[in-house]
Amino acid sequence: MLSDIIKNLLSEVAGIQNIPTSGAFNIRNNGKSAGSSSTKNIQIIPKTDGSGIDIYIKPGTKNESVHIPALVTDTNMHDVVYNDFHIGEDAEVTIVAGCGIHNCGSGISQHDGIHRFFVGKNAIMKYIEKHIGEGDGEGQNIINPQTHIFAEENSYVEMDTVQLKGVDSTKRISSAKLATGATVVIKEKIMTHGSQYAETSFDVELDGEGSSAKLISRSVARDSSRQLFRSKLCGNNACYGHSECDAIIMDHGIVAAEPEIIANNVDATLIHEAAIGKIAGEQLTKLMTLGLTEKEAEAQIINGFLK
Amino acid sequence: MLELKNVSFSADGKEILKNINLVIEDNKFVVMTGPNGSGKSTLAKIIAGLQKPDSGQILLDGQDITHWGITKRANSGISFAFQQPVRFKGVTVKDLITLASGKKMNTIAVCQYLSEVGLCAKDYIDREINGSLSGGELKRIEIATVMARRTKLTVFDEPEAGIDLWSFKNLIDVFEKMHQEVKGSILIISHQERILDIADQVVVISGGQVSQVGTKEKVLPGLFGVDLGCKYFKGV
Repeated sequence: MLSDIIKNLLSEVAGIQNIPTSGAFNIRNNGKSAGSSSTKNIQIIPKTDGSGIDIYIKPGTKNESVHIPALVTDTNMHDVVYNDFHIGEDAEVTIVAGCGIHNCGSGISQHDGIHRFFVGKNAIMKYIEKHIGEGDGEGQNIINPQTHIFAEENSYVEMDTVQLKGVDSTKRISSAKLATGATVVIKEKIMTHGSQYAETSFDVELDGEGSSAKLISRSVARDSSRQLFRSKLCGNNACYGHSECDAIIMDHGIVAAEPEIIANNVDATLIHEAAIGKIAGEQLTKLMTLGLTEKEAEAQIINGFLK
Repeated sequence: MLELKNVSFSADGKEILKNINLVIEDNKFVVMTGPNGSGKSTLAKIIAGLQKPDSGQILLDGQDITHWGITKRANSGISFAFQQPVRFKGVTVKDLITLASGKKMNTIAVCQYLSEVGLCAKDYIDREINGSLSGGELKRIEIATVMARRTKLTVFDEPEAGIDLWSFKNLIDVFEKMHQEVKGSILIISHQERILDIADQVVVISGGQVSQVGTKEKVLPGLFGVDLGCKYFKGV
């Protein structure tokens, strides 16, 4: 029987209310399994050293999904997990991960999820990751995820990652290596409040001919929070890479962007766009002419920006 | 009824509007025209509350709204279509039209407004109002947005700017239909003869002042003889 706190975290992070009765899943709570199930096409196997799990998606699997949320509900808990995903050739799969922390104590609750994705030829993978923190204790909520993608020939990877509340500190490290014709699209949305800190780092190697990568980061830094966005796109072949960092700063929020694009091949096309600033006055004015108050207009603009 | 009494406005030490007196009667279609830089857009912004006059009074149905903010004026029945529509990352066409209407709208209702301004609804309803839309598309979405508000006074600042010739006829139809259906007053700032042609009343602003007010039959014939206040201008 799951507690209401866990049910709520599961709902927020993975969109599930309870332990599923079907489908592939692995629920981790305070470093231990709270339930796991494999299916005919998706096998979840604990690593022999106990450090995490291996998830095997059979070649040719179509329209299946796997949920692997991780929760931390104890204070003074530092959970580290290593999960490897092996996506078979021609498979089409959605992976829902993410982490929820509920910290009612005065210690640190921390989750570091290190995920590697080996995406086979022509496979299509959608990876959804949501991070939240909650709890009324004075302790800190820390989430440091790592995502490393190895995209084989003509594979397609889409990663949506969201962190909108309650995480005091995060260092998010992502990397991707792309073979011929592979595509990786990463969309990140972050909002920080209070004195929170968020750091994002993308490192993409476009190795294969015709490979392409798109990184889209939208973030809002409120109060006295700080964010750092780093991206590095290396074009090592005839390829296309585009990174885009848009940030809204409010109150005393600080955002820094450090983009790097390196063309190691004359046929590599690499673009970086970055825009950081407060909400444009004319946007507020426009919504106020529709009858919204300034506060309502501000909320509408932020909601839309991070939608 | 909207009434402006002795409204004046200056910016950077320059007098933009000088003692403007103007009445927009209920259910009238009024077109305001005049040379570039004569103060028309400033006057429209003063009506919508985007600019505050230095002196004078603005009355809406007899109530003094001079010191009201933008939101209060909008909620009292004043709509304003921007000359240069604003872009929003993440806000979709459907979001904006729904916000404008002030109520929950289904897709069919939103589509109706888009179709009226000549946009194929299914291509636009979920589009973000960002840099991927052309100036003409943004302009038509802006018009659809104020149409959805159905207020007693709608002010358009040069709605034809950026609209292609093919769509221009539709635009005239949109204004006429809006005038008939909403039963509110429409104030359009325009230089287009075809828009001037459908006006109940034409107001000419020149050098920050109202130089002529009257029916199109009375004002249009002499329109090109307006003194632009430029010593090099010899007339046409």
